[in-house]
Amino acid sequence: MPARTLEANVRHQRPRIAVVEMHGEINAFAEDVLNAAYTDAEREGPETILLNFAGVDYINSTGIALIVSLLARARASHRRLLACGLSEHYVEIFHITRLADFMSVFPDEASALAGPSTIVTDQ
Amino acid sequence: MATLLESVQHVRFGRRRAAPQAAEKPALERMPQVAAPALDIAPNDPIIAYFVSSPGAVELDKLHLDSPAVRELKAAGVSLVIPLVSQGELVGLLNLGPRLSQQDYSTDDRRLLDNLATQAAPALRVAQLVREQQAQARARERVDQELRVARLIQQTLLPRDLPALPGWQLAAYYQPARAVGGDFYDFLYFEDGRLGIVIGDVTDKGVPAALVMATTRSILRSAAHSELPPGAVLERTNDLLHLDIPPKMFVTCLYAILDPSTGRLTYANAGHDLPYQRHGDSVCELRATGMPLGLMPGMHYEEKETILSPGDNILFYSDGLVEAHNPEREMFGFPHLAHLVETYATDTPLIEVLLNELAAFAGSDWEQEDDVTLVTLQRAEGSGHSMITNASAPPPGDPSDDQSWRTLDEWAVASEPGNERQVIQRLGDSVVDLRLPEKRLEDLKTAVGEATMNAMEHGNHYQPDLPVTIQVRASQSTLSVRITDEGGHAAIPESQTPDLEAKLAGLQSPRGWGLFLIKHLVDDMYVTGDETHRTVELIMSLEGGSNASQNA
Repeated sequence: MPARTLEANVRHQRPRIAVVEMHGEINAFAEDVLNAAYTDAEREGPETILLNFAGVDYINSTGIALIVSLLARARASHRRLLACGLSEHYVEIFHITRLADFMSVFPDEASALAGPSTIVTDQ
Repeated sequence: MATLLESVQHVRFGRRRAAPQAAEKPALERMPQVAAPALDIAPNDPIIAYFVSSPGAVELDKLHLDSPAVRELKAAGVSLVIPLVSQGELVGLLNLGPRLSQQDYSTDDRRLLDNLATQAAPALRVAQLVREQQAQARARERVDQELRVARLIQQTLLPRDLPALPGWQLAAYYQPARAVGGDFYDFLYFEDGRLGIVIGDVTDKGVPAALVMATTRSILRSAAHSELPPGAVLERTNDLLHLDIPPKMFVTCLYAILDPSTGRLTYANAGHDLPYQRHGDSVCELRATGMPLGLMPGMHYEEKETILSPGDNILFYSDGLVEAHNPEREMFGFPHLAHLVETYATDTPLIEVLLNELAAFAGSDWEQEDDVTLVTLQRAEGSGHSMITNASAPPPGDPSDDQSWRTLDEWAVASEPGNERQVIQRLGDSVVDLRLPEKRLEDLKTAVGEATMNAMEHGNHYQPDLPVTIQVRASQSTLSVRITDEGGHAAIPESQTPDLEAKLAGLQSPRGWGLFLIKHLVDDMYVTGDETHRTVELIMSLEGGSNASQNA
């Protein structure tokens, strides 16, 4: 079974929010695609970047490390990083690794986009 | 008027030092016949006392003193001398030859010269002081430069990373004194998974000590490379070092080899401070006799061994700690150190405990006299997780247990990146009859996937021709998955618990999640191995394991 490469589309969804929609596996092979997509997402200087994992069926420890690197990048540039579309198992992994303490995890894109906009108007 | 400033020996502090020379070049060129050589006046020459006590110009012809300096001045054609005295000290002489007119110096001439001397003397003294200070600054700069070199040599040669051994914690601390002693420590990695630990101290300080340290380290590394036991390594190092080491220098050194799979530590000691082993609530010295390295050839080094049980800790250290003094000039001392090792609360790192105690003992004004080096080796408390167990002690999943085991599947994959996906897929098929709850199945798949990645990467170094074998077995109550690679006793990296804050701050690599995830996803993990194989066994209870309830 050959490893499926990651595909990522970036949508500048609405002012100050970019969505990175991923399909495939997040492992060592995904590094370049993921980093490039994140760079693309940053292009218009959004406050929030949402990682949509709905099309992702496998994340291994190397993939976790890639997500940690993205989170570090987001924190360094004071951006909010959100996650949505994770399977129940990977939500558990996000809790075990404490990634969920640093990036809010939403069931799907709609709830994620509703979530931060509420937070933004609160500020 | 022919003027010639002659040098005079500067007698302050009884040291012989040449005072600056100044000369009016054009006059000299006109009057080459009176050019006198630099004059060095002996500190006990009576003329010094005479000049200091009788200010003003002195006609040499009228001076009757048994003085070598006076004879020398006369021989050089000097007829009039004006002492330059500053703050009661003779700092120079203004020496004049005869007048061009051959007439005596007039009263006006002498008054002029006296005035000149009164003003020149302090100026000359200031110039001398400036020159002295410049010389001292240059000397200090030379010393600082040497210290920088010594520190650089030492720091370049100390290990950058600590060994990562599952089930073991190693820590090291090194703080050079200002003068840089010759402390060093080193870790040597053997292919069979054993770890060599070296700690040493070269007598002397600065660059010489650093160079001897570098030589010792190289010789010891090459001697240890042949996998000789510690005593033989020290013997060989001593014989080679003896040929190269400067006289009156020597090296104390302790060399130990740890077998992480059994906890056995073999060691030999060339006159170094004895390590302390903490076992339970007691402490003992690890004593082995032997002369320091480099003193004389043909020495024999006693070899001893100890076993580190789970929870045991060994401290290797240099004398910078025990010989530190407090403001009352009392020494930190061995009993104090032994007591700390015996009584410290083991949930705090020992090095931290010792450094806090040292800071409290030495006080805030402490000037560190010698390098302080500390290395600790601790065996983790005996939980099943990530402990390298002795192959002779079977983990609960062993077929020799009372439970009857059946093999559900067994296969091998090549060590190629991504192949863990095949393993995950086939694992899912092989346990389908067990009807694991969905969550438990996902946890198992991820844990086995991570263990397979570790096996391919760290055990087999992604060499495609080296297989990773998977064996899936089940008993009535337990599921066991064994993942075997060709790594023999190779240590499993990632002993560190990943700290997400540190990773986000760039203080820890973003990687290092594999073992951590495995531990959280299955109920138990055991690592066993022999000469060529290493097996990680993952255990999952079929009756609702601890992690199942924990993570639900």
